[in-house]
Amino acid sequence: MSRPVSEEEYKKKLFNRVHQWIRGEADPYMGNIETREQQERVLNKNVLARYKEDQEQVIKEVFDKEHNRFYKFFYRFYKATAVICCVVLVLLLLITVSYLPPVGNPGNPANNEVVEKYIEDAVKDTGAVNIVTGMILDYRAFDTFGESNVLFVATCTVLILMRDDKKKEQKTVPVKKQYEPKSDSILQKITALLFPIIVIFGIYVVLNGHLSPGGGFSGGAIIGAALILYTNAYGFEKTQKFFTEKTYKWVSFCALTFYCLAKSYSFYTGAHHLESGIPLGTAGDIISSGLILPLNICVGLVVACTMYAFYTLFKKGGF
Amino acid sequence: MQVLEYILLIFLVACAIAVSFSKNLLNSIIIFMSYSLVMSIIWTLLESPDLAITEAAVGAGVTSLLFFMTLKKIHAMREEGAEE
Repeated sequence: MSRPVSEEEYKKKLFNRVHQWIRGEADPYMGNIETREQQERVLNKNVLARYKEDQEQVIKEVFDKEHNRFYKFFYRFYKATAVICCVVLVLLLLITVSYLPPVGNPGNPANNEVVEKYIEDAVKDTGAVNIVTGMILDYRAFDTFGESNVLFVATCTVLILMRDDKKKEQKTVPVKKQYEPKSDSILQKITALLFPIIVIFGIYVVLNGHLSPGGGFSGGAIIGAALILYTNAYGFEKTQKFFTEKTYKWVSFCALTFYCLAKSYSFYTGAHHLESGIPLGTAGDIISSGLILPLNICVGLVVACTMYAFYTLFKKGGF
Repeated sequence: MQVLEYILLIFLVACAIAVSFSKNLLNSIIIFMSYSLVMSIIWTLLESPDLAITEAAVGAGVTSLLFFMTLKKIHAMREEGAEE
C-alpha cells in the first residue's frame, strides 16, 4: 500500500532532488561548500618595478648577442639546424615521391579486384551512373552518414564557442545594426541577378548527383555559398524571413533522422546489399537508383544549412 | 595542355610558400583563396569535376569568408571607416 506523502517530505526525497538538479533548479553543493568571490590581483608598485628590472636584466644578459657567447652559438646552431632539417625533410619526401608508381600504370597496386568489382557492378547494383555517388551513398553510405553528423557536431561546437548570450533587452537597435552590411546597390543588383542562378545550379548538382559529377556535398556547399551571398547583400533581416534558427534545427534534424532511418536497417544487418523496396529504375533517369536521390537531398540540406550557420555564427553569434 | 598544367603547379607551390611568408594576414588569406581556385582548376584537369566544384565552393568561398570573419573578430583587420 502506498501512503500519501506530504509535500515537504517529498521535497527531501532523493528522486526529487536529482530531478531538480537535472532541470537546473537546484545546486546540490549550494550552501555546503565554502565559497569566496575571486579577488582581483593587485600588484604592488615595488613588485612591479622589480619585475621590470628583472626582465630588463634578463634581456640584457641573456640575449646580449655580442657578449653572451653561449647565446651567440645557440643562435647560429638553431638557424643551421633548422635549415638542415628542412632540406633533409624535403629531400626525403622527394625521394619517396620518386619511388611512387607512375600514374596510369596498369600494374599499380591500386588496380586490384576491389576497383574492378565497383566499376563493373556499380551501375547494376546501385543504379547510379556516377559511380562515385553510388559508392559514397550506397556501398559506403555509413561513412557519409558519419560525415553529415560530423558537420552537425561542428556547428554545435561553433555554437558553443560563438554564441552571443547577452540578454535581448540589452541589445539596442544600433548594436544590432552593426552586424548589418552596408546596403551596396551594386552588390544588391548583382546578387538579385546571380542568387537564383547559383541556387538553381546547386539544386541541379544535388538532384543530378547520381548522374553527373557532384552530389549532396558539392551542391549543398553551392547553396550555402549562395545564402551567404544573399545575406551579405541584403542583411540578416531579409534572410530571417525564410531562414531562422528553427529552420536550421528542423531541416538538419529531419535530414539526419531520415538518413539514419532509411539506411539503419542495412547497417544493422551488416551492410549487405539489401533491397530497399524502391525500384532502381532505368539507369540514367532522374528518378532512378532507389535511395540515392533522397539521401543526396538530405546530405545537401545538411551541408547548405551548416555553411550558412557557420557564417551567421561567426558574424553575429546567433541566427 | 602540359604547359598549362606545369604553370598551374608552379603557381600552386608559389602560393603555398607565399602564404607562410606574407606578413599581412589579409594578404595571406587572399593568396590562400587563389591557391584554392588554382587547385580547383587542377582538379578539373585531373578529371575529377566533383572535387573541383567542392573546392571552388568550400575552399575559395566559404573558408576564406570564415577567415575574414575571424580576422574581423580578433581586430586584426581594420574595419571599414575606422580612420575617420
